[in-house]
Amino acid sequence: MYAIVAGGGKVGANITRSLLAMGHEVTLVEQRRDRFEQLEAELGPVVLTGDATEIFVLERAGIARPPDLVLAVTGDDEDNIVIAQIAQDGYEVPKVVARVNDPRNQAHFDLLGVTRTLCATSGLLGLVEHEVPEHGLVKLLELRREGLEVVELSVSPEAPAAGKRVAGLSLPDDVRLVSITRNGVAEVAGLDTVIRPGDQVIAILKPGLEDRLRKALVG
Amino acid sequence: MKVVIVGCGRVGSGVAKQLAVQGWDVTCIDEDEGALARLGEWRGGFVVGHGMDVDVLERAGIAEADAAVVATNGDNTNVVVGQVVQRRYNTNCVVVRVLDPARAAFYAERGLRTVCPTQTAIGTLIDVVRSCEPTPVGTG
Repeated sequence: MYAIVAGGGKVGANITRSLLAMGHEVTLVEQRRDRFEQLEAELGPVVLTGDATEIFVLERAGIARPPDLVLAVTGDDEDNIVIAQIAQDGYEVPKVVARVNDPRNQAHFDLLGVTRTLCATSGLLGLVEHEVPEHGLVKLLELRREGLEVVELSVSPEAPAAGKRVAGLSLPDDVRLVSITRNGVAEVAGLDTVIRPGDQVIAILKPGLEDRLRKALVG
Repeated sequence: MKVVIVGCGRVGSGVAKQLAVQGWDVTCIDEDEGALARLGEWRGGFVVGHGMDVDVLERAGIAEADAAVVATNGDNTNVVVGQVVQRRYNTNCVVVRVLDPARAAFYAERGLRTVCPTQTAIGTLIDVVRSCEPTPVGTG
């Protein structure tokens, strides 16, 4: 596989190291001269200096081949959007992933057609909520392209679902229970699975149905 | 007619002042409060903030604007903010300054109205140099 990584910060440099270790061909583009020299000393000719939002720089990196994968992981969200748009709209790169530095910019990425995104802040926040579930419902995964999300809920003793079979719950149409974890052991949820207090339930659903799922399951 | 101008530097402030004189209702956005000084005696609106921030755009009245000019000192900020204004608020006329001719052409092909001062300068400079060529004599 051939990949272009735009941005040689901690994220870009580590992704490049991993891709190289897996035997992939990579070009890493870094704009800052001192950082470029550091990376070149370590990684050699796979590192290219230049502004990855300039089309001629991307062309020198081989964007016209096109690569199988472009990762726009600079520390600037506008730059990442532009790199992703040039890669997907200008060169039909099959897979483009962009880093969202400021989660408040996520809506801009979505609006402008940059659909595969990663946001460390939102991811960390999800992990924090996973440890400290304040709202009773934790988002584990957002499948933005598919328009689905995977969430987890804890069933308390007073929850309306406690003691009921899955088939007996009044769940909205676009919600399915996936698994139930009890005392650290997970099993796939079927219609006959009985929900007990203390269970951790994982569900898949269309975004927007979280509240109805929460009401049906944990009250 | 209402216009929002994102980026109140030399270009943005110049556009703002002239449009205000021509009777437009103008609001400028700039990260730097000091940019207000570029506008002189200013009766229009001024919002301190970044064009990527939709609250800032909305406080400047983007939803009611007939036109938007995006002219910060960052090409990528300009093309991203320009596209957001175009798609999110359906603003009729959005014009974006892009210094890099290649990026200006790329986004112009994709429906963004871009103005590239670099390309204009290249064209003008070439015209001036060519006007210095001696006129061919006796070729008729």
